[in-house]
Amino acid sequence: MTGFGTLVARDLGRAWAGGGAVYPLAFFLLVAILFPFAIGPDTVLLARVGGGIIWAAALLAALMPVERLIGPDAENGVLDQLATRGLAMSAVAAAKIVAHWLAFGPPLMLAAVIAAGLLDLPASTLWRVEFGLLLGTPGLAALAVATSALVAGLRGASAVAGLVMLPLAVPLLIFGAGSIDGGEGALKLLAAVSLLLIAGAPFVAGAAMRVGME
Amino acid sequence: MSDLLAFRDVSCARGGRPLFAGLSFALTPGDAALVSGPNGVGKSSLIRVAAGLLAPAQGTVEGAPVRALMAEAPALDAARPLGDALLFWAKLDAPADPQGRVAQALAATGLAPLADVPVRLLSTGQRRRAALARVVASAAPVWLLDEPANGLDTASVATLTALIARHRAAGGVALVATHLPIDLPDAQIIALGVAA
Repeated sequence: MTGFGTLVARDLGRAWAGGGAVYPLAFFLLVAILFPFAIGPDTVLLARVGGGIIWAAALLAALMPVERLIGPDAENGVLDQLATRGLAMSAVAAAKIVAHWLAFGPPLMLAAVIAAGLLDLPASTLWRVEFGLLLGTPGLAALAVATSALVAGLRGASAVAGLVMLPLAVPLLIFGAGSIDGGEGALKLLAAVSLLLIAGAPFVAGAAMRVGME
Repeated sequence: MSDLLAFRDVSCARGGRPLFAGLSFALTPGDAALVSGPNGVGKSSLIRVAAGLLAPAQGTVEGAPVRALMAEAPALDAARPLGDALLFWAKLDAPADPQGRVAQALAATGLAPLADVPVRLLSTGQRRRAALARVVASAAPVWLLDEPANGLDTASVATLTALIARHRAAGGVALVATHLPIDLPDAQIIALGVAA
């Protein structure tokens, strides 16, 4: 199990060292700021749609790091080395999901507070958004790692990544944004979708990484 | 059953094209094997089969489960200092004194002064030596080296042969694929045929 911790620590270090973990957050805030420019400074309207804006921005921001999660490791022979050491690729993928969520989830939840301020969201809405993000971002992280493994090595990987990932993330968006006025039922469904993604993604990503070695 | 690495009737095919078939050899402690042959004949594939990265089309690969691979890619994080990048692998390889093993491997490959230099600033030859240092620090009994002499100067090739000799003297085995002359005394020669 120390191997798992070592892998998580390496990926976390890589995410923060290159400044790569900051870009999705900056992108998230930028997207959130675009909406007031587009639909006008109507505070009542913004407060009503703000939660949905934050969810849509979170989804787009989750797409940004996809290319660098698995691709560089496949290219650099890191995955080969891990497989030579007898590590299961699904376990490697699980470590990458944990590391990616740690680098992406909590910072995004902090950035959502800033976005909520910019959109003038009421505190009760902000709480629901934050709780939804807590449930939903692990699923987003799992989906990002699985997508990254699937598109690693493809030409135009980032464009394909968007086409693969966004449709699969739609349930998270629906139930995440729905939980803001939908209440408990939507939260339960959000958690269920998130769990499903977390349970499936390591195996999908592991199989894709294994195939990539052939 | 003291074979550290044994191929039993192994066949390998890539993309439906057969590369080699019915290959058998066994390496007991202290042995080395030199895989030779022209480009495209399957030397690297043989190494990848030995590493467990490719499944053989037929036959089995047996031996000690702990193997160290040196392939074309260095597999060292470009942004991290060399010592740190090696330490990551050493920790995964074995829990016993990873820092000490990395320090010894750096000294053995002549890279000790570069331990604090980020990997991205190293030259091609230094990266190859760094990959060799990763293998040395692994403490694995089976070394799988794919073109280890590529990009190395004469002095570094001498270091490489000396390190392989030391590894064999300590009871390890080495499977080396190369098209450059490497001095491996008493090594088995595995000559792969001409590519179809």
